[in-house]
Amino acid sequence: MHLEEFSEGNSFLHRADPRVKILIFAIFSVLCAVASGIKTPTLFLLYSFILLLIARLKIKSLIARLLIANFFIAFIWFFIPLTYPGNSYVTLGSMKISHEGLRYALSITIKCNAIIIATITLLSTSSIFSIAHAMLHLRVPKKLVTIFFLFYRYITVIHEEYLKIKKAIALRGFVPKTNLNTYKTYAYIVGGMLIKSYERAEEIYKAMLCRGFKGYFPLFEHFYIRKSDIIFGVISISIFILIGVKS
Amino acid sequence: MKKPIIKLKNISFSYEKRRILNSLNLEIYEGDKIGLIGSNGSGKTTLLHIIMGLLKPQEGTVEIFGKVRTKERDFIEVRQKIGFLFQDSDNQLFCPTVKEDIAFGPLNLGKTKEEAMQIVKETCKILGLEGFEDRVTYKLSGGEKRLVALATVIAMKPLCFLLDEPSAGLDENTNDRILSYLKSNTKTFIVVSHDKDFLTKAADKIFLLKDGQIRY
Ligand SMILES: Nc1ncnc2c1ncn2[C@@H]1O[C@H](COP(=O)(O)OP(=O)(O)O)[C@@H](O)[C@H]1O
Ligand SMILES: [Mg+2]
Repeated sequence: MHLEEFSEGNSFLHRADPRVKILIFAIFSVLCAVASGIKTPTLFLLYSFILLLIARLKIKSLIARLLIANFFIAFIWFFIPLTYPGNSYVTLGSMKISHEGLRYALSITIKCNAIIIATITLLSTSSIFSIAHAMLHLRVPKKLVTIFFLFYRYITVIHEEYLKIKKAIALRGFVPKTNLNTYKTYAYIVGGMLIKSYERAEEIYKAMLCRGFKGYFPLFEHFYIRKSDIIFGVISISIFILIGVKS
Repeated sequence: MKKPIIKLKNISFSYEKRRILNSLNLEIYEGDKIGLIGSNGSGKTTLLHIIMGLLKPQEGTVEIFGKVRTKERDFIEVRQKIGFLFQDSDNQLFCPTVKEDIAFGPLNLGKTKEEAMQIVKETCKILGLEGFEDRVTYKLSGGEKRLVALATVIAMKPLCFLLDEPSAGLDENTNDRILSYLKSNTKTFIVVSHDKDFLTKAADKIFLLKDGQIRY
């Protein structure tokens, strides 16, 4: 799994100071999450689209990510309109669908997509190392940053192990069916994955100790805030204020 | 009389109930170039991990640079001065880019960014890895990973190297690069290998690990 596929690039957002990006992202996601109705979230989504234009990411991978996220959001459309307490109903057979519920589901969908796109364009355009460093600069506790980094590293390791085991099983002619043997094999996959990735993580930790790891990551790339970063920050925040005032 | 830099006395180590090392003794002096052989599962990796303090023996003493090392804290100095190349390079490389991985050790040793960058450049040059600085570590081939892993060890400028099967599964060219580095740039090392040819070229003495002990 290449979690950092979006971090390779050379757009303005790739080169921007990660500290500025984290701050903008934090403000953006809070404001967007608390916004209500349709109009305000749509304006935030527009802002996200502008970021997308600036970041110039690989369209294919981007759409893949958005599809996965929206798959989960789709469930909202099943449940909320059917259960939302509202007055105006459209009746479909025995089901009553609330207009308010539909509006609410749409609002959530827009907000989620706006935040996901902002995550991809603002955070994923930096390497995980830079993000961890930026968090240190922003006075996030060292331990928290290290846990964050190791957690990230751990996910990648688990996924690598999964791919290896999957290949090993396919090579020996395994075809999933609905029988006991298949379930047993799946149980072995999960068990094997957990044990192997635990051991790998332990080895990696040993390797870090051998290279003088003292519990936190040394800063390698020091960040230099540039004029363009400040301008980007100021413009973004002005946009947020405008969105807040207008609606 | 010179003092040994690594001295293991009556080391015994077991995983659960299986005894791997049995009252093992070993002395390494400055300038020793030692090849270590032994069948699969004989405990070579275990032995190297004990020297680095990554595993603690149930019996015996580990004495390194003239001091007995028991606690985790005692091994901090050991790890700074003895460079350990892991058997599996995938476990050794954990930073996204090659240059960050190589710089990780020097930065931990308190070098500035400029000094670390200089070390990255030098080590890449020594191993013929010029132009690899910005490559993504987990997209390298097996042989390239091994060379980068070696570079991360070299970057710490250790006094002594422990290399766990550096030549396994590598092509001749990569092998030759590792060999020529060992011959011309290092003074003291223990190298584990199954490759007789590699060992006779690299090492002065060959030790055999068998039944939990070192045979000379
Ligand atoms: N974490 C562990 N738990 C239990 N047994 C282990 C563990 N690691 C290694 N062993 C066993 O210890 C023995 C020595 O392993 P190792 O030192 O890796 O051998 P070598 O490197 O010489 O091939 C092997 O039989 C191996 O199965
Ligand atoms: Mg081994």
